Amino acid sequence: MSTLHTVNKSPFERNSLNTCLSVVRGDSTVLLIEDGVAGALQNTTASASISDAMGKGVKFAVLGEDLDARGLAADRVIDGVSVVDYAGFVQLAADHDNVQSWL
Amino acid sequence: MKFAIQINEGPFTHQAADTAYQFTKAALENGHEIFRVFFYHDGVNNGTMYGVPPIDDRNVQAMWSELAEKHDLDLVVCVAAAQRRGIMDEDESNRHGKGAANIAPKFRISGLGQLIEAGIQADRLMVFGD
Amino acid sequence: MSDTKKFVYINRKAPYGTVYALESLEVVLIGAAFEQEVQLVFVDDGVYQLTKGQNTDGIGMKNFSKTYSALGDYDVNQIYVDEQSLKDRGLTMDDLQELTYEDEDDDWAEKSSMKLINREQLAELIDEADVLLNF
Repeated sequence: MSTLHTVNKSPFERNSLNTCLSVVRGDSTVLLIEDGVAGALQNTTASASISDAMGKGVKFAVLGEDLDARGLAADRVIDGVSVVDYAGFVQLAADHDNVQSWL
Repeated sequence: MKFAIQINEGPFTHQAADTAYQFTKAALENGHEIFRVFFYHDGVNNGTMYGVPPIDDRNVQAMWSELAEKHDLDLVVCVAAAQRRGIMDEDESNRHGKGAANIAPKFRISGLGQLIEAGIQADRLMVFGD
Repeated sequence: MSDTKKFVYINRKAPYGTVYALESLEVVLIGAAFEQEVQLVFVDDGVYQLTKGQNTDGIGMKNFSKTYSALGDYDVNQIYVDEQSLKDRGLTMDDLQELTYEDEDDDWAEKSSMKLINREQLAELIDEADVLLNF
């Protein structure tokens, strides 16, 4: 079983990303959407936790439309985090066995 | 693949209903099936026809109604959550003596069992909220 | 597809400040009639839903904390509390109400429905769920 985790809250406002990262497993994917896209950026106090999880085999994705809306360019995203569109979001949900939304 | 969608927030304060809409639209465009869209908590506020957003803003309710019209979607508003928040169809309105219904086109009011059934029937349940 | 699915409710919000805890409980109670496997998880601020001695007289809202103790009667008896979340908030299991059920396979003996879990066990619960309901 593998899970798609979605996080829609900024790590600077809520602990959703933190709790998510404490349970995410190597075969799963974390997709950052809405205000959660802030967690996907380089040089933040959250960046290291993403890189650590990546080192354990967790895959990361971020919703490009939400980055664009917030004026955050894709080149500021941490290396290895893939930028997807809504169709990519749908595909990720289909490719995993279940979906956990960290609201 | 068969998706079920749960929406927990209203149309403007949170992005949840917008994200759910974009997800649903993309799923349909990519050949997936939407078993049901279930509106819960303040999400029931997506189902009132009395919202009049400014002309240069999107109308989330109208977007859902149109998408439902086009793809024959099942848009279900939770009755318990809706009663608390004043979303009513004609039957509900008559029963509570309110004089007018405000449920938007293509939305229907039903029980929480519809959410559980969606979880059972769909391959994936997607929850959008705060 | 098997007839029975595993429904896992992830509760992460405190009661009263927002409506999520109350309306989540309503889903659990309705869902219990569908004879699916049901697990409830209380994590992060969700652990505050189960504190003992809630008194809402002063805020004028309905105290729904007693409803949790009825869950056993609805055959909802797999209730998991995240240990780390309790610890982070200076709480222990003694601060929470005790939820029990009567085990029909064991002469209706009263047993605890609650289990303390660590993050690894939480990861497993999420991983093995068919349907995840998040509140």
